[in-house]
Amino acid sequence: MHPAKSIVFFTTLTGAGYGLLALLGLFGVLGLLPAGGLWGAITMAICFGLIFAGLLSSTGHLSHRERAWRAFTQWRSSWLSREAVAAVLTFVPAGLFALGWVGLGEVAGWTRWAGAVAGLCALVTIFTTGMIYASLKPVMEWHTPFTVPGYLLYGLMSGLSVLTAILSGLGHLPDGLPLVAALICLLGFFWKRASWYYMAHQARLPSVNSATGLGEGTVRSVQWPHSSQNFLLKEMGFRIARKHRRRLRLIAQGCGFLGPALLMVLAELLEGPGGSLLLIFAAALQLVGLLVERWLFFAEATHTISLYYGLGASSS
Amino acid sequence: MTSLPKTTERQLGLAIDLDSCVGCQACVTSCKEWNTGGHMAPLTDLDPYGENPDGVWFNRVHTYEQVTETKSRTIHFPRSCLHCAEPACVTVCPTGASYKRQSDGIVLVDEDKCIGCKLCSWACPYGAREFDDDVGVMKKCTLCIDRIYNENLPEENRVPACVAACPTGARHFGDFSDPDSAVSVLSRERGGVELMAELGYRPTNRYLPPRARACGDNNIAPLEAVAGEGGLLGWIDRLLSR
Ligand code: SF4
Ligand code: SF4
Ligand code: SF4
Repeated sequence: MHPAKSIVFFTTLTGAGYGLLALLGLFGVLGLLPAGGLWGAITMAICFGLIFAGLLSSTGHLSHRERAWRAFTQWRSSWLSREAVAAVLTFVPAGLFALGWVGLGEVAGWTRWAGAVAGLCALVTIFTTGMIYASLKPVMEWHTPFTVPGYLLYGLMSGLSVLTAILSGLGHLPDGLPLVAALICLLGFFWKRASWYYMAHQARLPSVNSATGLGEGTVRSVQWPHSSQNFLLKEMGFRIARKHRRRLRLIAQGCGFLGPALLMVLAELLEGPGGSLLLIFAAALQLVGLLVERWLFFAEATHTISLYYGLGASSS
Repeated sequence: MTSLPKTTERQLGLAIDLDSCVGCQACVTSCKEWNTGGHMAPLTDLDPYGENPDGVWFNRVHTYEQVTETKSRTIHFPRSCLHCAEPACVTVCPTGASYKRQSDGIVLVDEDKCIGCKLCSWACPYGAREFDDDVGVMKKCTLCIDRIYNENLPEENRVPACVAACPTGARHFGDFSDPDSAVSVLSRERGGVELMAELGYRPTNRYLPPRARACGDNNIAPLEAVAGEGGLLGWIDRLLSR
């Protein structure tokens, strides 16, 4: 599948933003968020900043933005519509939570509960994002039990990395949080490896035989319907070169999971401003790594249309 | 509404005969010609005379080679929308632009609602939807709704353009919900196949597999080896092949 920049940025940034919001809800309930309107303003600005940047990027994918409001109408059947509704509805409790934290200067009473509801809505939003891909049967690499948990896990993981960096920067880092964040990074790493393993061993269904209805024997494409590119090939026939895939997978693993985990452990040992800097760097590095991970999520996915064109999963 | 109708009154579609299709592309050009002025018009072409021509087509013909233990053959394979009974291309659409008609089961796009998110093209396993970059909306085969119900056309012409154009009669149009319709009977008799049935889209169109070859065995005696000829002919031959 063609890895469109707008969608890669959208899913990665909103994943981190909504993941952060979910954790803010949890930390609020646990009483781990610092009092003080300024701290609230900084944290919520980063959280909303990530979400808005992502949502803005997603509209870049549309050719008729003036009709985008229609995307809120078909939530009965469409996961994309559900995502749009959830993404926007989340702003009601999230806005109240931000008002409470910034305006009243502490996360207590109703603010806490607004945060909890916002957190749940944020989780629902990430879930709907994952379902858009997981529900597409023609793309076998997405239509697996790994996709939705992956979206939730990477969203929460990057959200936690950002939150750890913020709390450390504000001087309110709960004890041992970098270690917890590092553990979650490792969990993310293993989930990604498991997804890739599953992808490599998945039965390649359907076959060209069932795609063409020519039941027996080997069926080989000998002539395409057209001699130059078309929409189908550009959008769904994208193939990643093998050597690029190897390198990008290394970058995704190093920057997205292992590198940040290592930096977090170092930060725990270092403490002080040096530790904060490491944590900020870890969060930024992870976002870069996740962009690569998300690019690969698209680039490595194959569509059944490639059966008609006789294309393999990757080019050499 | 992108929720699917529970039942449709009729289920119009095509039976495509892979035995008689000769890959002449007549249905392809005829579809383009009709539809570029039809319901989903235009079928935009980008850079048509340049280096990289690209454009919207509703029907494309592939060519395959099928090799089994006993035979090998060339098969031409037209690919257009199959007007599925469970089309995820419709249910994934966030705007309500894609819909399936309750009256005849035809799957259409309302161009005025489409935001161009392209998700429906990802959801179609058969590659039947093509995006028009120029207009910024998704387009697809309409089963020629502007022909099959068109009272300005003589009755025998009220069939899809691709069906009318096919010189070998490889494309048949009709109602698959009626078990006694010509297409239903034909599909039954010829063992019509549902493409990628395992995905559960329940396509309406049926592909009629190529028939077994009429002649029993293919043991045609090999041509004799060409030996150099003598005489006048041989002399001319040598002269000409110099
Ligand atoms: S063939 Fe594709 S576009 Fe046509 S109805 Fe089926 S899923 Fe939709
Ligand atoms: S591209 Fe248009 S028709 Fe297709 S899913 Fe998006 S809004 Fe619906
Ligand atoms: S039914 Fe009409 S729109 Fe569809 S492929 Fe045939 S000619 Fe084209």
